[in-house]
Amino acid sequence: MLEVSPEVEKKLDGVLQKHITDEGNIISLLQDMQEAFGYIPEKAVGWFSKKLDIPESRFYGVITFYSQFHTHPRGRNLITACCGTACHVKGSERLINSLRRELNIVEEEDTTDDRKFTVEKVACIGTCSMAPAVIINKKIYGNMTADKLMKMVKTLEGKKNED
Amino acid sequence: MKTEKNDIKIKVCMGPGGIATGGADVIKVFKDDLASANIKAKIGKGCSLHKVGCFGLCARDVLVDVIVGKNKTTYQYVKPDMVPRIVKEHLIENNPVSEWTVGDDYYSFYNKQIKVVLSEFSEVDPEDIDTYTAVGGYEATKKVLTKFTPEKTIAIIKKSGIRGRGGAGFPTGVKWEICRKVESDQKFIICNADEGDPGAFMDRAVIEGNPHSVIEGMIIGAYAIGATKGYVYVRAEYPLAVERLTIAIKQARGKNLLGENILGTKFNFDVRLKLGAGAFVCGEETALIASIEGQRGMPRAKPPFPVHSGLWGKPTVINNVETLANVPYIIRKGADWFSSFGTEKSKGTKVFALTGKVKNTGLIEVPMGILLREIIYDIGGGIEGGKAFKAVQTGGPSGGCIPAELVDINVDYESLAKVGSIVGSGGMVVLDDTDCMVSIAKFFLEFTQAESCGKCVPCRVGTKRLLEILDRITAGKGREGDIELLEDLGNDIKLSSLCGLGQTAPNPILSTIKYFRHEYEAHIKEQKCPAKVCKDLIEYGILEEFCKGCGACLRVCPSKAITGEKKKPHIISVDVCIKCGACFDVCKFKAVKKE
Ligand SMILES: Cc1cc2nc3c(=O)[nH]c(=O)nc-3n(C[C@H](O)[C@H](O)[C@H](O)COP(=O)(O)O)c2cc1C
Ligand code: FES
Repeated sequence: MLEVSPEVEKKLDGVLQKHITDEGNIISLLQDMQEAFGYIPEKAVGWFSKKLDIPESRFYGVITFYSQFHTHPRGRNLITACCGTACHVKGSERLINSLRRELNIVEEEDTTDDRKFTVEKVACIGTCSMAPAVIINKKIYGNMTADKLMKMVKTLEGKKNED
Repeated sequence: MKTEKNDIKIKVCMGPGGIATGGADVIKVFKDDLASANIKAKIGKGCSLHKVGCFGLCARDVLVDVIVGKNKTTYQYVKPDMVPRIVKEHLIENNPVSEWTVGDDYYSFYNKQIKVVLSEFSEVDPEDIDTYTAVGGYEATKKVLTKFTPEKTIAIIKKSGIRGRGGAGFPTGVKWEICRKVESDQKFIICNADEGDPGAFMDRAVIEGNPHSVIEGMIIGAYAIGATKGYVYVRAEYPLAVERLTIAIKQARGKNLLGENILGTKFNFDVRLKLGAGAFVCGEETALIASIEGQRGMPRAKPPFPVHSGLWGKPTVINNVETLANVPYIIRKGADWFSSFGTEKSKGTKVFALTGKVKNTGLIEVPMGILLREIIYDIGGGIEGGKAFKAVQTGGPSGGCIPAELVDINVDYESLAKVGSIVGSGGMVVLDDTDCMVSIAKFFLEFTQAESCGKCVPCRVGTKRLLEILDRITAGKGREGDIELLEDLGNDIKLSSLCGLGQTAPNPILSTIKYFRHEYEAHIKEQKCPAKVCKDLIEYGILEEFCKGCGACLRVCPSKAITGEKKKPHIISVDVCIKCGACFDVCKFKAVKKE
């Protein structure tokens, strides 16, 4: 088993305790893991597999089935662009493409090299009447245009430079 | 001052639209401004700030109701910086800011609607159970638990004629009755809040606007079938819905509406939340059950149906959010009242998410059987931007496109099925003449192909092949016979797939072929996209006679494909152009052409 630091172990233990008291299942366990770490680290899966005596393959079976789970670290700023039907007919694809171009995210990837930004697609966030919709760091924005989006992304960049 | 005596209420739309347009900021400025005005104008105590669920007409958000005494004024498109003036002129000086209030057209949006599920949206604060009980909430629970037997409850639901709002339209009372009759030591009721249709938000709005109505529906359902445990399976993409449900469940427990010996009766029932993890197929009931059990969300063959063998092998009723939210109203107002709306076979009202190219996008509730024309033109206000109405897509990835020439059909289960679409869960995406129907079909197939769980071959491989064919058609490489191939393959997949996902996945293709065959033919035979959408079949160029050389296009072009001197016609280099369309949108002189 891969070594984990005491600090990480404490985090893992917290997740485990919640899992036990809430009578959780693998999915809720993974959701809590992702909440704690921002993604699902390989080490964490190994740790839980030992603790709960569940083969890692069962964890990975679930991880790969659901699109919510990520096995790689995400960018510090998360931009989620909706590509559901309503957003699609209102031009979400172009929005996403121009954002990816602006941030230099290469094909098959979703995160910038410096891990500042992750751009991901999601099928509908329930804001269809204000399509196209985008979530920037958990805040929902409707009626998005490429222009507005670029400006917002630039202010995010600026913030990062300051701190 | 007059306002001191009057009861002032301010209601800010915090539905999906209100949130996305900054409703929270508007509330904050109201709070701050009222607090500071409090000192001078002393209007503090009479004011209550309500967070209200969806108002309906999202296109006008943020909508704010300012109620002084009995006078209600509705403001539209409110931005935080407009609030100080509203507070000053309306609340302090008693002079509504008339230029920002809604006009007659706002009311026409509501005229043809009949609200049942959405009826109390403007009264209820979703985070406060007392506002729900104040309008009669949980009276139905009381009535059922103390006066009705489970059988009588089921009889009322059966008599009302309500059918499932999740898509399949199965009679709810019948489902409950079957489950009631199964003997078991444990039964479950599950509320399906997975809302998988990408382009619909009815269930999100209902939960966020009036979560207690859903919980009340679950309590009544549980009592009717004999369940002691319930789950709400809600998608993780709806964090606010999760939050409001969590609060609502807690408050209901606090009032002994959930838990042991509910309202002093012998009935025990409690509800827990389960979060989805992003898989469309988990909206299918057997997959949903697998997901609640913590497994990969794979559907299984039916029978046995969940009413016989569901969650952990126990009899389980699964109902959609909207279905359950109707239940308290049916009990309160009676089966006859409910069935007075709708048609012979489709009773009641239906909530739709009206989106796409109509002027008034938003959440609507209409009686079943309303004309499609009334929805698009009277409620929706027609097509935006003076374009032509082309079709409406209903039922999402399982549904189909209804062409403009059928605009006079009734919107109910039977009529939509007859023309090759479905009511579905209530998504209604309006398309105009700039939408390519082949491309729309491809969009849905990309979705279903990616969401296919892979368990059965027809769906896993079949949707992939369908998508490949659509890919080549939209790339101008379609072959003679491709349309027939799509039809054959589509029909085979429908017949042989394991679950509803595969059984309906070909519908978007089949219905667009049925009504827009000529568009498919144009792509294949002439390598033309009539709506000028498919990138491989169009080219951008500049009309010299219109180009003023302003440079707007040159600046927005991400691939530097446009060159030209100031005040002279520019040129697009076709080899470098990535056909993003940015120049087309930015040009004020209509000098960019698309062919
Ligand atoms: C692929 C697929 C996705 C579905 N998604 C949903 C959904 O998101 N919400 C829902 O209520 N029903 C959905 N259903 C329908 C459910 O399987 C089920 O019929 C419904 O929840 C029953 O509730 P009702 O009788 O109240 O409509 C889906 C079905 C299929 C085949
Ligand atoms: S389609 Fe984008 S929010 Fe629903």
